[in-house]
Amino acid sequence: MNIAVCIKQVPATESKIRPSADGKDIDRTGLSFVVNPYDEFGLEEALKIKEQVGKGTVTVISIGEDKTIEALRTCLAVGADQAIHIKDPALSGSDTHAIALVLTAALQKENYDIIFFGKQAIDNDSGAVGIHVAELMNLPHVAVINKLEVSPDDKKAVAHRQIEGGTEVINIDLPAIFTCQKELNVPRYASLPGIMKAKQKPMTIYSLNDLNIATDAVGAEKAMITLDQLSPPEKRTAGTALEGNAGEAVTALVRLLHEEAKIF
Amino acid sequence: MSDKFDVAIVGAGPSGSAAALTLAKAGLSVVVFERGEFPGSKNMFGGVLYTPILEKLVPNFWEEAPLERHIVKRRFGLFSEFSEAAFEFRCEDFNQKPPFNQSFSALRAQFDPWLAKKAEDAGALIIPETVVDDLLWKDGKVIGVKARREGGEIEADVVILADGVNSFLAKKSGLRKDFTWNVLAVAAKEIIALPRGTIEDRFGLEGDEGLAMECFGDVVAGTVGAGFIYTNKETLSVGVACSINAFIDKKIVPNDLLERFKNHPSIRRLIRGGETLEYAGHMIPEGGHKQVPEVISDGLLLVGDAAHFVNASFYHEGTNLAMASGLFAAETIIEAKKKDDFSQRGLKGYLKKLEESFVLKDLKKYRQVEDWAHKNGRFFKEYPDLMLDVLKDYFTVSETPKSVIQQNIVKKLRSQLKPLRTLVELNRFRKSFFSS
Ligand SMILES: Cc1cc2nc3c(=O)[nH]c(=O)nc-3n(C[C@H](O)[C@H](O)[C@H](O)COP(=O)(O)OP(=O)(O)OC[C@H]3O[C@@H](n4cnc5c(N)ncnc54)[C@H](O)[C@@H]3O)c2cc1C
Ligand SMILES: Cc1cc2nc3c(=O)[nH]c(=O)nc-3n(C[C@H](O)[C@H](O)[C@H](O)COP(=O)(O)OP(=O)(O)OC[C@H]3O[C@@H](n4cnc5c(N)ncnc54)[C@H](O)[C@@H]3O)c2cc1C
Repeated sequence: MNIAVCIKQVPATESKIRPSADGKDIDRTGLSFVVNPYDEFGLEEALKIKEQVGKGTVTVISIGEDKTIEALRTCLAVGADQAIHIKDPALSGSDTHAIALVLTAALQKENYDIIFFGKQAIDNDSGAVGIHVAELMNLPHVAVINKLEVSPDDKKAVAHRQIEGGTEVINIDLPAIFTCQKELNVPRYASLPGIMKAKQKPMTIYSLNDLNIATDAVGAEKAMITLDQLSPPEKRTAGTALEGNAGEAVTALVRLLHEEAKIF
Repeated sequence: MSDKFDVAIVGAGPSGSAAALTLAKAGLSVVVFERGEFPGSKNMFGGVLYTPILEKLVPNFWEEAPLERHIVKRRFGLFSEFSEAAFEFRCEDFNQKPPFNQSFSALRAQFDPWLAKKAEDAGALIIPETVVDDLLWKDGKVIGVKARREGGEIEADVVILADGVNSFLAKKSGLRKDFTWNVLAVAAKEIIALPRGTIEDRFGLEGDEGLAMECFGDVVAGTVGAGFIYTNKETLSVGVACSINAFIDKKIVPNDLLERFKNHPSIRRLIRGGETLEYAGHMIPEGGHKQVPEVISDGLLLVGDAAHFVNASFYHEGTNLAMASGLFAAETIIEAKKKDDFSQRGLKGYLKKLEESFVLKDLKKYRQVEDWAHKNGRFFKEYPDLMLDVLKDYFTVSETPKSVIQQNIVKKLRSQLKPLRTLVELNRFRKSFFSS
């Protein structure tokens, strides 16, 4: 059973995010970074399946700058067997499509039975890459799963996903792609021996060239999405208490909603 | 167990990383546990790094270390509610070429990871996000540590406790007693962002020049303590540090004291318009020489703040002593390894190195300062107030003839100072700070 988990390094949840000076990106100075929490569910599920099946490898893959190696190391410490770090200066300014293209190229170098993604990355929140890769690789996928059972012969799986008012249960043939939701499992922590062994585990670094992708196929120039402007949420101003009895207050509220908030 | 290390270090602050770097360079196997998300992530200090030892650890450190400004100017201010008198010293000799005057403003969240990385590059294994809960013992000898993770028991020939002022492991080991309140100071500090040019204009600096400024008297409610501002490139480190007793006596909390400092008319203008990026609190071991515990036992050494190595007198110097003690501990272990003797006797060279260096010499020299300060509170409140009052009288412009003004000043001084007591107190001051 070969399993790949695509992980993204994202600013820690408690970070104070500010747009960069040009308003096109976030200011990363002083931020601390973690493995995208939804990707941790993918890694945990991969490790569980490997343990259950009793054989196979778990590979973690990430696109990102030098610092990304820390996130990959964390995954190795938690239990992944090997890591692939894709970095290339030409990737700067890439949009979701380019990220999916590059991941696809890396994933196609091996035969994976299962590929996990997070349901979304908590920084850019596109919720798109996993599904996009499924399309490019022409693989079946189930998005936002909260339970997964793999058949004893490794050929099939049953995936559960929460839908409004119920659960959808999907039988799927492997190889397949899944994007993970938080109820899927409880990710484990790295053990001390795990952390110590992580350094010796294989870490492959790919450039675009290694993946046979032309540098001009990705990057800002090729982005299908243009990012206009990142802006911080408007500062919340203090609320206003409306005076008077219920009738007067409601009248005042309706007037404010109409004239100030302009919601109707 | 193949996972046994030569040395396990708890804490990747300046002392732990200095030890790790030295040991790893000598080819010993070293593991460093750091509870923070990364070394330095939660660490704070006032803001001036003294670097003579750093230069030994990393020659030409200034070419790569994340330093802010080199200090060319020191300022000591005495404050009353509305006035300030200051002494400022600036020296062009401190502005010539690196390492300048071996003092640089710095931010720990940048400096600590850099030094830890140096140790890592030399071969040390740094394990962040991992708390050490206990020591492992065998036959009364320390043989390793127990980290809060699955499979967390790690053996080592020697354990170095570099876990800072709160070191509960040092207490557990029996080397150190709990610090009592009166030997600890509490500090609150903000990092306030201002444009580079504004900082340089306000503080009279050019390029990467920096200022270290300490403020006494009313700004810190007349307590035994000080307010400080250290200039970084695009931020100011602004804080207060006072003995815990002072906070209890004055019934004030550190944060309120910091606000008081920031709102003094003389300080307010220096930080105006700045955006507070971070707030942090921390303790400082200020008991000086007599608080230094036993620092060696079988298989165990104490370094840095865990051993109370802070020279609080004039200098608020801790990082330099931390790195020095880390270096000495490492050198001692390297020698001990040759004889394979890690007993208290085998490690006793550590104490000798400390005693022969500025670490214990300085702490010894200033051993009376802490006592002096606590017994001579007038130097922090009454005397500054009186001095500033007198200066105000002197500089106030009016039709009163100058001779009368001077007579009035003399009268005021006579009525408020008890000459004998003042002389005795000044003599104590001289003795505490200037005798050896
Ligand atoms: C015009 C434009 C320019 C951009 N420029 C940059 C830039 O210069 N630098 C930059 O960092 N970002 C840049 N981005 C953002 C970047 O394109 C997105 O992060 C990326 O498209 C993935 O979207 P997402 O993070 O919202 O992922 P989602 O679709 O929310 O992620 C879902 C899952 O996909 C996987 N995944 C996502 N990203 C990665 C990754 N990098 N490696 C491995 N797996 C991954 C994870 O499993 C994740 O849980 C830019 C975006 C646009 C539109
Ligand atoms: C407000 C203030 C101002 C100061 N100003 C200055 C100054 O201007 N100049 C100067 O030179 N010094 C200054 N000092 C003193 C200086 O900060 C310290 O002396 C110095 O940091 C001591 O270094 P250390 O490595 O011994 O301890 P620390 O820097 O405290 O490092 C201890 C490390 O151990 C880690 N740790 C603790 N317990 C555990 C555990 N159980 N398991 C794993 N890890 C653990 C901590 O996370 C930390 O990283 C100041 C101190 C304060 C509080």
